[in-house]
Amino acid sequence: MGVSIVVFMVLHLSPGDPAEIMLGSAATKEDLARLRLEMGLTEPLHVQYVRWIGRVLHGDLGRSLWMKRPVLGEVLHRFKATLILAASALVLSTLGGMALGVLSATRPDSILDRTSMVASLFGASMPVFWLGIVLMVVFSLWLGWLPASGMWAPYGGGDLRDLVAHLVLPAVTLAAASMTIIARLTRSTMLEVLGQDYIRTARAKGLVEGRVVVRHGLKNALIPIVTVVGVQVGYLLGGAVLTETVFAWPGVGTLMVQGILARDFPLVQGCVLVVALGFVLVNLAVDLLYAYLDPRIRYD
Amino acid sequence: MIRRLARNRLAVFALLALVGAVSLAILAPYLPISDPDAVDTPNRLRPLLSPGHPLGTDEFGRDLLARLIWGARVSLLAGIATAVGAMLMGVTLGILSGYYTGWVETVIMRLTDILMAFPYILLAIAIVAGLGPGLRNAMIAIAIVGFPLYTRLVRGVVLSIREREFVEAAQALGSTDCLILARHIVPQLLSPLIVAFSLDVGAKILATAGLSFLGLGTQPPTADWGSMLATGRQFVILSPHVVLLPGLAIFAIVLALNLVGDALRDLLDPRRYSR
Repeated sequence: MGVSIVVFMVLHLSPGDPAEIMLGSAATKEDLARLRLEMGLTEPLHVQYVRWIGRVLHGDLGRSLWMKRPVLGEVLHRFKATLILAASALVLSTLGGMALGVLSATRPDSILDRTSMVASLFGASMPVFWLGIVLMVVFSLWLGWLPASGMWAPYGGGDLRDLVAHLVLPAVTLAAASMTIIARLTRSTMLEVLGQDYIRTARAKGLVEGRVVVRHGLKNALIPIVTVVGVQVGYLLGGAVLTETVFAWPGVGTLMVQGILARDFPLVQGCVLVVALGFVLVNLAVDLLYAYLDPRIRYD
Repeated sequence: MIRRLARNRLAVFALLALVGAVSLAILAPYLPISDPDAVDTPNRLRPLLSPGHPLGTDEFGRDLLARLIWGARVSLLAGIATAVGAMLMGVTLGILSGYYTGWVETVIMRLTDILMAFPYILLAIAIVAGLGPGLRNAMIAIAIVGFPLYTRLVRGVVLSIREREFVEAAQALGSTDCLILARHIVPQLLSPLIVAFSLDVGAKILATAGLSFLGLGTQPPTADWGSMLATGRQFVILSPHVVLLPGLAIFAIVLALNLVGDALRDLLDPRRYSR
């Protein structure tokens, strides 16, 4: 509900009203009055909100002024592309980050550990859109290994191989910063866990080192890692807007930016609402995952 | 403290780089460089080390060195101003929600929770959609989405201090809430706030550059690192340096800010010393 109030309110932040912004300064008073009546802007704000949320709950996010089509269908269609990108980046950053973190923790002060620390500092400082352009210049324009933009090849594409080829650069771009954050956290949590008495006991029992690290170490370090992975989903969904723009990926981010520049407020509202709800659901899933990972956690 | 900071060579180097960048940005009008907006189409997309244009020119023949230096003014100012705005809002709300229980705390914390339920840059984009594209509106949007970080930080510290004996003693002596806050609570917030602020400026520079890159921040012809990257993107095949240089500038400044922030954290908060 809070998310819906914010999404509704952001379009009422403007000094005028959405009708003025949509029609621009050249609009006549009659046009403005007609659009205000059509959009229900003459009603008090709380009445407008109740009416809007009622429509949203029935799956009606309005019609796009720019595309002249229902917003929900268009947003959900594009959201699939965003989900493919964000989910690939999440898998890449989680697996890569955890692997790097575990390796760094088991070999502290090694070259790998130092490189991983430098990479995490670089990852937190690098603009995601710039990294995307750099990767595109190197791997698409100079080496010609991967396609530079889009989700499918314009001719002869459409299969899984084509999708994966187009997905590699945007997914790596989006995953880079998250991977370094997850690696850094995994390293520090693993260092703490590997110093515990039960790890010494496991080693004293003669268990293989890999089993000690993964079964006894990593499993007990998972809760803070899962928390950060949950937070990173928000970053990935937000960062997808920038990455999609760089690689012309046909997701909800590019749709939203096009909507803002076209002053298509129902479309922008729909995009923000769908992505924010996706993020809220992921956070809920993370909370539920805690109880699975640590049976001592119970939700009453 | 300065001696301890001086021992961290990387942080000292980063601090010097920051001082250099800020000095260049402040002194931009007095430096012997070209007009950053002067169009010279016959000399468009000149490469690095061209005569009269050490860093080349962009798609309109404008000098890239001049635009990078003038762009630093916009990017640094935007980063610092948005971080200050977010901090002022966040600290005020954090103190109120930490010191006063009841409906004040409930309202502020629910608002903070709601804002944190959104992906950071997505909410900023949504606010810019409402306010309209432009640097000022982009800065307002980023400050609004950034304040919950400070609210949570400050509230946590205030909650822990509120129950301490010296605050109870001040209350028993009849001190007003304002006096207790100003004399006993705010000074305790300085150290965590300095650390959070130093790390936050870099994040804010990245966010404003991101919005400018999307065409929602600085508008042409004003030089700004994010918008330079956005316009130069179309010429990346012909002249990669037009895109690589502004990105490198953002990366270097944010990296320097993060290094200085990390060093300050280790100095002011030794318990969180990074391993």
